[in-house]
Amino acid sequence: MRRALHPTVWAFLAWLLLLGVNLAFTPGFFSIEVRDGRFYGSLIDVLNHSSPVLLAALGMTLVIATKGVDLSVGSVVAISGAVAALMVTKGQAPLPTILAVSVGVGLALGLWNGLLVSVFGIQPMVATLVLMVSGRGIAQLLTDGQIITFQDPGLASVAGGSLLGLPNPVVVAACGLGVVAALARWTAFGTMVESVGDNERAAHLAGVPTRWVKLGAYAVCGVGSAIAGLIVCSYTKAADANNAGLYLELDAILAVVAGGTAMTGGRFTLVGTVVGALILQTLTTTILTKGVPVQWTLVVKAVAVLVVCLLQSDPFRRTVLSRRSAA
Amino acid sequence: MRGIRKQFPGVVALDGVDFTLRGGEIHSLMGENGAGKSTLIKVLTGVYPPDSGTIELDGRPIRPRSAHDAVELGISTVYQEVNLVPYLSVAENFVLGREPRRFGRIDWREANRRAAEALGRLEVRVDPSSSLGSHSLAVQQMVAIARALDQNARILVLDEPTSSLDAREVERLFEVMRRLRAEGLGILFVSHFLDQVFAVSDRFTVLRNGRLVGEMPARGTTRLQLVSLMLGRDVDEETLAKRPDPAGPAAPMVEARGLGRRGSVEGLDFSVAPGETVGLAGLLGSGRTESARLLFGAERADRGDLKLDGRRIRVRSPRHALRLRFGFCPEDRKTSGIVPNLSVRENIILALQARRGWLRRLSLRRQREIADRFIRALGIATPDAEKPVGTLSGGNQQKVILARWLASEPRFLILDEPTRGIDVGSKAEIERLMADLRREGLAILFISSELEEVVRNCHRVCVLRDRRQVGLLEGDRVDAGAILRTIAGGGEDA
Repeated sequence: MRRALHPTVWAFLAWLLLLGVNLAFTPGFFSIEVRDGRFYGSLIDVLNHSSPVLLAALGMTLVIATKGVDLSVGSVVAISGAVAALMVTKGQAPLPTILAVSVGVGLALGLWNGLLVSVFGIQPMVATLVLMVSGRGIAQLLTDGQIITFQDPGLASVAGGSLLGLPNPVVVAACGLGVVAALARWTAFGTMVESVGDNERAAHLAGVPTRWVKLGAYAVCGVGSAIAGLIVCSYTKAADANNAGLYLELDAILAVVAGGTAMTGGRFTLVGTVVGALILQTLTTTILTKGVPVQWTLVVKAVAVLVVCLLQSDPFRRTVLSRRSAA
Repeated sequence: MRGIRKQFPGVVALDGVDFTLRGGEIHSLMGENGAGKSTLIKVLTGVYPPDSGTIELDGRPIRPRSAHDAVELGISTVYQEVNLVPYLSVAENFVLGREPRRFGRIDWREANRRAAEALGRLEVRVDPSSSLGSHSLAVQQMVAIARALDQNARILVLDEPTSSLDAREVERLFEVMRRLRAEGLGILFVSHFLDQVFAVSDRFTVLRNGRLVGEMPARGTTRLQLVSLMLGRDVDEETLAKRPDPAGPAAPMVEARGLGRRGSVEGLDFSVAPGETVGLAGLLGSGRTESARLLFGAERADRGDLKLDGRRIRVRSPRHALRLRFGFCPEDRKTSGIVPNLSVRENIILALQARRGWLRRLSLRRQREIADRFIRALGIATPDAEKPVGTLSGGNQQKVILARWLASEPRFLILDEPTRGIDVGSKAEIERLMADLRREGLAILFISSELEEVVRNCHRVCVLRDRRQVGLLEGDRVDAGAILRTIAGGGEDA
């Protein structure tokens, strides 16, 4: 009996395959040039544009590992963007304050989700659906139903600027990954999350503070989503309550699942989530650079995720392999 | 079954085992944990394909490819943990997957009638439309058996069916088994209770470490012979009636006075000092587990007093209990004990880590040290500490949970049925371990359905009946007869 490969390995292979396709058919996909002390190229674009999804997906990984799910990610993105845009257009608050308030709002919303799930015992899907639906409404109330545009160079530099030659979002996402990874592996939080997701009753009886653990996971997800919201709003120099971060929760869930963390909770992999997010964005970028009509993006994305998930499925591999050996 | 061999990564689970089950006999499969009993059953019932060897049914070679396949062939199994859906009704469970239909719809009246009739044959009278989860495990098991019989079983495999039944329920199960034997069914029976095995079996097959070590008729075989074969060493029967060493004089550590909770259990009254063991005896459902949960804060007491070192306390939660240095090995290790997909190491350090809090993480090196220490000390059979606990055998899972609590350095340890569903050898090891812990000054609360075990290990025994304490036996008055009389209600109430 051969040992099954870890799902993340399959995801990584799928990503390499995708890169290989580009190497063969997309001239210049791997070329990176330096202009004004800053890197440019398709690969940099992939990293840059995958950062909002990744930031949301990191927290989502923890939430899913507790056997939960957070559907409110997109709404939190919209709210945090609206808060930032409002503050920058209406007031004189300095940039750090604006960023802190937006992230704080994200934290509060994450805690709210966590409260509903862990203390009141509401099903995660239902509990976060509340904020998913009402969150867009809150964002619309904040923006008065208008798209708020701004020209503030400070807020625009959040996504537009660069550090050490890398676009700011990439740096922010990398820091986010570092923080969550440290939280997961340098503290006992990761083990506790996995124990809660795998057998909550046993974890509770072993003295694991199961409520706090879940609350923490949703809080991290809220904060990550809020930061993603700031980046999205800064890219577009606008806060669009209706469309900012639309379906981002689904992309985040896809990234987590494609990366090899199971929806059934328990074991999680942050590296897998990074690979998952990269697969999604590499696909999108590939489609754009190949000039495929944009309408196809979603279909292609869905097919790619399906393929990754099928590769990870033991029964699927067994059936396919046994067919092949029988033939 | 001839020359069955089955290999898993790292272990040969079955090595050329022969097994013959005749129609109209009750055949007990005996062996320690890891002897290969479960694997043999799983090969027979189509869960695992054998690597080599043949299976014949009525002289015809068969090769069950799945559990479903085996059922079609007439081999039905009732597992240790009842594999039914507690939220569905008795009748729904009974017909699950083969519902009677009428005009394309499920005919519930017919389903209810058939379920009631089949259960009636086993002399179980319950409302088929009531939900399965509302009945005792014994009734659930009968439903599982009735379901198996209804599928035209020729062979019935009963894997540890008695581990959650009380004496009366066991007797009823045996009556059913004898009746089925008379109808010509071949019954493969697995139980860790020697008494039961001797009471009901016609023949034994003994496995050890994946090999066949003997097949013999039950008549003419002594307990000693059987246990010696299973363990591969001689056990003197005198150890069976021993009492624990008396504990030295010490002030009580934990004292319960009229402790209880409405609707759960009432009137808990006992004290336990360092180095002492107090037992909880009573039938299934008498409130033993509830008492343990109450003491550990899994449920909060709403009456009576609990004192720790002479000071009144209220245990608010398992986490609080952990900080008070209490430990609790729950009865139901699958649902409340192990975290199946985490490694042996992570399962062992879980309680200690929880006590330290999430910020003060134990380094990987410390974790490995602790895990390896307990794997060695308790003799946990695992290739390494990184193996997911869910893949270990029941007895080893139990030891991992014990290790979890010992690693948390408890002062007061609650053991709820730590020996349930595990083999004789592991039981002896766990009892030895309890004696060691007593010497180290732990106070232990020990819950067990086996009276001899309670007598052997406890200085003091609380007897529970109908969710309240009805007696407290101490010192020389602790013996199986006295406990039984108290449970039955005819004895002297202390």
